[in-house]
Amino acid sequence: MEIVLTVNKKDHHVIVEPDEMLLDTLRRLGYKSVKKGCDTSNCGICSVSIDHKLVPSCSYLSVRAQGKDILTVEGLEEEARLIGESLTREGVEQCGYCSPSLVVAIHTMLEELKQPTEDEIKHYLAGNMCRCSGFEGHHRAIKHHMEVNLNGSQ
Amino acid sequence: MGVNKPIRKKDGLGLTMGKPAYTADISPENALVVKVLRSPYAYAKIKTIDTTAALNMPEIKCVLTYQNVPGNMLTRAGQGYPEPSPYDRKTLDRTLRYVGDAVAVVAGEHVKAVEKALEMIEVTYEVLEPVLDFETAKDHPVKVHDKDGTFEMFDIGHFPERNLAASYAMEIGDVEKALSESDVVYEGRFYTQAQSHAMTEPHISTAYLDYQERLNVITSTQTPFHVRRIISRTLNLPMENIRVFKPRIGGGYGGKQAIHGELYVSLVTLMTGLPATYNYTRREVFESTYSRHAMRIDVRLGASRDGTLKVIDTEILSNTGAYGEHALTVLMVAGSKTLPLYNKVEAVGFRGDVVYTNITPAGAYRGYGAVQGNFAIESAMDELADKLGMDPIVLRKKNMIKEMETSKVFEIMGEGKEGTAMTVESCKLDKCLDDVLERINWKDKYPRIEVDEHTIRSVGLAIAMQGSGIPEVDMGSASLKLNDFGVFNLTVGATDIGTGSDTILAQIAAEVLMVPTDKISVYSSDTDLTPFDVGAYASSTTYISGNSVRIAAEKMVEEIKRVGRRHFGVAEVTYDGEFIYAGTDRISLVELSTLITYSEDQEQLQTIGSYVGTKTPPPYMAGAAEIEIDKRTGHYKILNFYASVDCGTTINPNLALIQMEGGLLQGIGMASYEDVNYTARGRLINSSFLKYKVPTRMEVGKIDVKFIESYEPSGPFGAKSVGEIGIDTPPAVVANAIKNALGVRMNRLPILPEDIWRALKNT
Repeated sequence: MEIVLTVNKKDHHVIVEPDEMLLDTLRRLGYKSVKKGCDTSNCGICSVSIDHKLVPSCSYLSVRAQGKDILTVEGLEEEARLIGESLTREGVEQCGYCSPSLVVAIHTMLEELKQPTEDEIKHYLAGNMCRCSGFEGHHRAIKHHMEVNLNGSQ
Repeated sequence: MGVNKPIRKKDGLGLTMGKPAYTADISPENALVVKVLRSPYAYAKIKTIDTTAALNMPEIKCVLTYQNVPGNMLTRAGQGYPEPSPYDRKTLDRTLRYVGDAVAVVAGEHVKAVEKALEMIEVTYEVLEPVLDFETAKDHPVKVHDKDGTFEMFDIGHFPERNLAASYAMEIGDVEKALSESDVVYEGRFYTQAQSHAMTEPHISTAYLDYQERLNVITSTQTPFHVRRIISRTLNLPMENIRVFKPRIGGGYGGKQAIHGELYVSLVTLMTGLPATYNYTRREVFESTYSRHAMRIDVRLGASRDGTLKVIDTEILSNTGAYGEHALTVLMVAGSKTLPLYNKVEAVGFRGDVVYTNITPAGAYRGYGAVQGNFAIESAMDELADKLGMDPIVLRKKNMIKEMETSKVFEIMGEGKEGTAMTVESCKLDKCLDDVLERINWKDKYPRIEVDEHTIRSVGLAIAMQGSGIPEVDMGSASLKLNDFGVFNLTVGATDIGTGSDTILAQIAAEVLMVPTDKISVYSSDTDLTPFDVGAYASSTTYISGNSVRIAAEKMVEEIKRVGRRHFGVAEVTYDGEFIYAGTDRISLVELSTLITYSEDQEQLQTIGSYVGTKTPPPYMAGAAEIEIDKRTGHYKILNFYASVDCGTTINPNLALIQMEGGLLQGIGMASYEDVNYTARGRLINSSFLKYKVPTRMEVGKIDVKFIESYEPSGPFGAKSVGEIGIDTPPAVVANAIKNALGVRMNRLPILPEDIWRALKNT
């Protein structure tokens, strides 16, 4: 069946299977930042923003995404670069496989909670798995991003 | 210029911004989809297999079974050659030795057709009685491998007729005599589980034939050179017809040291001429790759009344599951990377059997025996202190290894063979211990504080060591090329799997060449294009590969000076990274490199360095945690975990820090959550992230790492390894903290609240 998906503000006319998951459609459309991690919506590595909510795309039917605003890291441009620079400043991206979804998650979190506390950050991002880093560096990087890139303080 | 700087990882920003970089991102779009039919039985033989219906589907291009693939024996292990692991499996076999073992491989045009074809393969099985309990596997009437052609490359104590993949024993001094002469003896038994790596990128391999009809394999591996060798030998394919390379890798931690899907995609491509890709499902990653070796460890410690440790005796039973990958070496590391911590003993005993069972195989995983051994020895040390009525810190300080000391264990136990005698030239373990005690405020918190009627806060501690590569086995090599306009290419065999090794190797080269790290482009791990390296394992990259880069760069400095002398026609020049000087004359590196490329005495400057360690200098650390525990339920939370680490010079302090923090959290997961259970018929229950609990960012209050100043003379700019040591201490630290809180010794991992509750009921 043919559907229209709006990804990063761009419309794609795409033929999908009725049971096709958004992860597979997005990768087929060339959005390679969206990674496959676990197949069971537990690891958060396939997360994208759908209508400003963080959603695991491995368990979201492509047909359901019609008419919604889908955002991947490719659509974040300068903001992705700033968040990415904060993460790489700590070296915390390590293997990098979970990073694009984490960048989208941080973006979505900061849309929703303007000045989250460390506890709120941990809760919001709890579903974003990372096996390399021990998470401490993520939190240092997010703090830096909020202080320097968003609030302009040094 | 380069070393000891927290610069960004060269690949970091591109990866965080989601650029296509991993195997799945760069595989040909038209690649056949490969999937594997897996055994539903723990032990079975294929009676009949009929693939006709599957092959009749127009979308299906190829079906592999044991009947149409080469029957050569192999080990997946991915170690130096000849491997110290038994050749005990085939690419596809008629005998299936665990739930998840490969029955058949199907390749087709799209996933749905391939999944349907898997269902259409008709198999009848002769179901056999499996061996599932590793404690009764040795000499069990059921043999996992008897008379199936399995063999060892050299003596590793491999006795398949006894279900032994490998076995080993050594004794220094007279253990029984030392025990009988000890005033206090502690005996304990400890169990560690088959932890899963849970790397975020599932294993994936893609093969295609290039325009020269050579087999190209893109794969998420830690060991491209081993993979090429194993493909060649197993599939009877000439080495010159194979290229293996790795793009960016989504984590490994040992899980991608062995060969996995590479053989299947290679066969499909060779048979069909078409590109093929095999992306493991998460269930396959858990069920059909491999885990850590589960172990039972019996420890006996003997000491005199004053706390002088006289003897350590260790007997291990290790479970390698259906296949013996890394069976011997993981066993030996459980001794060789723990026993030298207490080097002043009169006698040391170490014995172990590695048994086959009909479960998911075990293999390499960060820590690699050391974490298992550390849990047992460091738990036992606290118990011995208790029996002596002595402070466990005082006991450790009295007996632990110090700088410029040695241990006979270094000489006797290597990895799969004899070890290498070594004096420890850098060991700041004493400083690490003092530092961690001060930062956690041990004296005010030890052993426990009663917070309220139900809640206790307590502290626990352990020390650890690791190694830096496998001496006289592992080789790393590197090549440096000077281009026009003064920029360098560094090509290394070392395999960056996310650790940042491409970056730190460039930093080492930059330090020697005295140029900014940005002037050095790095390309790593491609069997066609880079020099050899064993790969990313055994804590070897910084030390072994780093030394090879240092050597290549030192040679390059000499080459630059040689060309400078020729240019000026003088006998002596100096070089400072920017200019070459002859008296008052000077020429910039940019200008000289451009001259020799285009116009004057033209030649290409290129150097190569290779390095094999003559020793394996251990990094050391002390770890301590504060936990809060509910007496009623056994529920506990790790409030903070402090680590003080001696890894020599940190080439890149940021990347070293993340290696430590990440290693500690994997160790905390092993200590606390990561449970592995099988059904009565041998099926792995914990085969998804729903059932297998890795730590999230909610689990730990704070991880706090500090590097203690240290310099290893044999390392590149004083560096030792840092990749593995972080995982070693958490199991013993958590167990010791629980003992300090409640008085119960938890001797089985993971330490679950319900087990604490049961232990309390039984006291």
